[in-house]
Amino acid sequence: MADGMDPTLDQFRAETRAWLEENCPASMRTPQVEDETVWGGRKEKFKNPDSKLWLERMAAKGWTAPTWPKAYGGGGLTKEENLILQQELKRIKARPALNSFGLWMLGPVLLEYANEEQKQKFLPDIVKGKIRWCQGYSEPGAGSDLAGLQTKCEDKGDHWLVNGQKVWTSYADQADWIFCLVRTDTSKKHEGISFLLFDMESEGVEARPIKLISGSSPFCETFFNDVKVPKDHLVGRLNGGWEIAKRLLQYERSNISATGFGADRAGTPPLYERAKEYVGTDASGKLLDPDLRMRLADLAMDDKAFKLTVARMAEQSKAGEEVGHTASIVKYAAAKLNQKKTEMTVETLGYQGLGWEGEGFTDLELASNKAMLRAKANSIEGGTSEVNLNVIAKRVLGLKEHKG
Amino acid sequence: MTFVLTEEQNMLKEAAQDFMSERLSLTHFRKQRNAGANGKDPESWGAMAEMGWYGVLVPEEFGGSEFGYVGMGQVLEAQGRTLASSPLLQTAMVGVSALVLGGTEAQKSTVLPKIAEGKITTALAVDEHAHHAPANVAMTAEAAGGGYTLTGKKVFVPNGHFADLFIIAARTSGSAGDTDGITLFMVPRETDGLTISELSTLDYHGAANLELNGVVVPAADVLGEVGGGFALLDSVLDRGRIGAAAELLGLSVAAFELTHEYLQTRKQFGQLIGSFQSLQHRAAIMFSEIEQTRSCVAGALAALDEGRDDVAQMASLAKAKASHLAHLVTNETIQMHGGIGMTDEHDAGFFIKRARVVEAMFGGEGFHKERFASLHGF
Repeated sequence: MADGMDPTLDQFRAETRAWLEENCPASMRTPQVEDETVWGGRKEKFKNPDSKLWLERMAAKGWTAPTWPKAYGGGGLTKEENLILQQELKRIKARPALNSFGLWMLGPVLLEYANEEQKQKFLPDIVKGKIRWCQGYSEPGAGSDLAGLQTKCEDKGDHWLVNGQKVWTSYADQADWIFCLVRTDTSKKHEGISFLLFDMESEGVEARPIKLISGSSPFCETFFNDVKVPKDHLVGRLNGGWEIAKRLLQYERSNISATGFGADRAGTPPLYERAKEYVGTDASGKLLDPDLRMRLADLAMDDKAFKLTVARMAEQSKAGEEVGHTASIVKYAAAKLNQKKTEMTVETLGYQGLGWEGEGFTDLELASNKAMLRAKANSIEGGTSEVNLNVIAKRVLGLKEHKG
Repeated sequence: MTFVLTEEQNMLKEAAQDFMSERLSLTHFRKQRNAGANGKDPESWGAMAEMGWYGVLVPEEFGGSEFGYVGMGQVLEAQGRTLASSPLLQTAMVGVSALVLGGTEAQKSTVLPKIAEGKITTALAVDEHAHHAPANVAMTAEAAGGGYTLTGKKVFVPNGHFADLFIIAARTSGSAGDTDGITLFMVPRETDGLTISELSTLDYHGAANLELNGVVVPAADVLGEVGGGFALLDSVLDRGRIGAAAELLGLSVAAFELTHEYLQTRKQFGQLIGSFQSLQHRAAIMFSEIEQTRSCVAGALAALDEGRDDVAQMASLAKAKASHLAHLVTNETIQMHGGIGMTDEHDAGFFIKRARVVEAMFGGEGFHKERFASLHGF
């Protein structure tokens, strides 16, 4: 880090450190507990009261969205200042004050494509965590072929009328508003799509959770039946939504790349450490199952290679180098790695990894097979691995489309 | 971590790429192969010396530029791209490291300036059997008359068929398999009792087997600690492993580019074969592996320059990943080229042949996975 070179940055670091010391509650410096994760919005319950305090304090400074302009509630920090803020947050092991699709995906595209009025209306509530957003992209007939979406949006003079169905809408039952791809022209494919925002409490909206093989329901089927949406809630050009949709997917994928699907639960030791307990070791400390041992080494290497790649990309991007080529592989690699990691966790835990609920298993053991099952979706959601390979082949390697 | 090259490192990289593609191209390699050079190319090596590449890791006081491992890695990667046969890895990376890490002032001032000027080459002789096993040294070194007498054999010594100076691991105590009791010795090529058998190898780079029959080494030519040489040896090998990984990365990228080009020119069923999804996906997977291996190699080179304590782990990571990558890419290169890739006339064969040798050099994927596990305490 080059601070020490710039006195203003040194001062910013000192002030930030002092502010965090004073304002980050002690319990927010302990490892994240799954059900204390703050997503914000009208339905947020703040299971840990400190998390409310922490969010309010951070939001007041605009530090939930550190680089967004102050005019929209953001922190107005430069890249360098934000880097220092992130380092200082990491230093005290602070939990994220807010997790949000609004911060990660919608906000960046609103900053780029929305009009002034829309920015004023939507961005500050994202920063404060007042509104929780969900993503209305996939439909029963439009998965990998997203642009084939059919949700109809008609111009009724003083409002839009929306009819149709979305699926795999993450947390639609928890969200307050939706950013939604709708069809405003049925005569064209990509050029007939618009980007629309509306309230999930509008009449005619219904979200039904889908129970997954992992037992949880992070996704919903979402139905729109004659939903009336104000005219000024369309972002960008009419029929110009596909460009925004793609840009948002870039943010979604780069968010995945920053964290990886396999964001290890805080405080969980590496799998090879846990393996010693479950598999046993010989006198020299080697795992008793030599085949598993080598495959665990392979996994640890893949994990390291992935983390180095993300770090390399971040560093090169910071230095202003083009990293699109590297970024394209990260979603694909992240899915593969997390599936391998979660599968091997279940295998390593043996019988203890095979409990579904109740007595006889620790929480971590019970979570292992849910994580393995949940991870099957990693190569489907946010673009299947096959679609990602198509994208790499065509856009990065420049290989031609097959004819006929 | 330094993943971003400095301006000077970029200049070195470009100079190396230009040099390799102009002077040590695949066409040149083929000519050498056809002439039966067995990897010996003193004229080109002289030109490399003029570029100053033998001194990249040599301290300035001994005539080098002390430019660092990240820089050296760029030259080795460029060399890997054209499969060039040179003493750079074995001498400028491995030999120089041995002296810098283990040499006395006298040894350094005698040997390093000669290396930096390109006057002598070195070879590290460790393995005695079919697989890389650095502790499995049986060659004996008996104390005698103020020096040592070495007896035993070494196999498949890279650059051993021409090196001027050997760095040899022998045993002053204990038995094969012990890490204690290993000592490194410097033995000049022209030494009584040393028999060198030149090998013709798969990659056309050549190598040598050594027989030592009562070779006398003065105490002054012991490199590092008597009996405690394994740690030094392993550190030197780690530098070789990281250098070999950089070469394998260059080799893999070049083989991939060759294949990528072919996918965009060869037509079957009235279409470019690169438009077939089965080939597109495999090309994309190779690209993904290249990107991730590049991160590992760059990370390992940076670990050396930063003097970090995880060099051994990073070396095993880089060498295992690069070996795996080269294996994958060279196989796919032949498969995607079809019949033409099987012909001697095509370069695909050169890539797979060189890859198999460097994959095994200083330990292959399996060796390094095992070592990685041990280093992480499982």
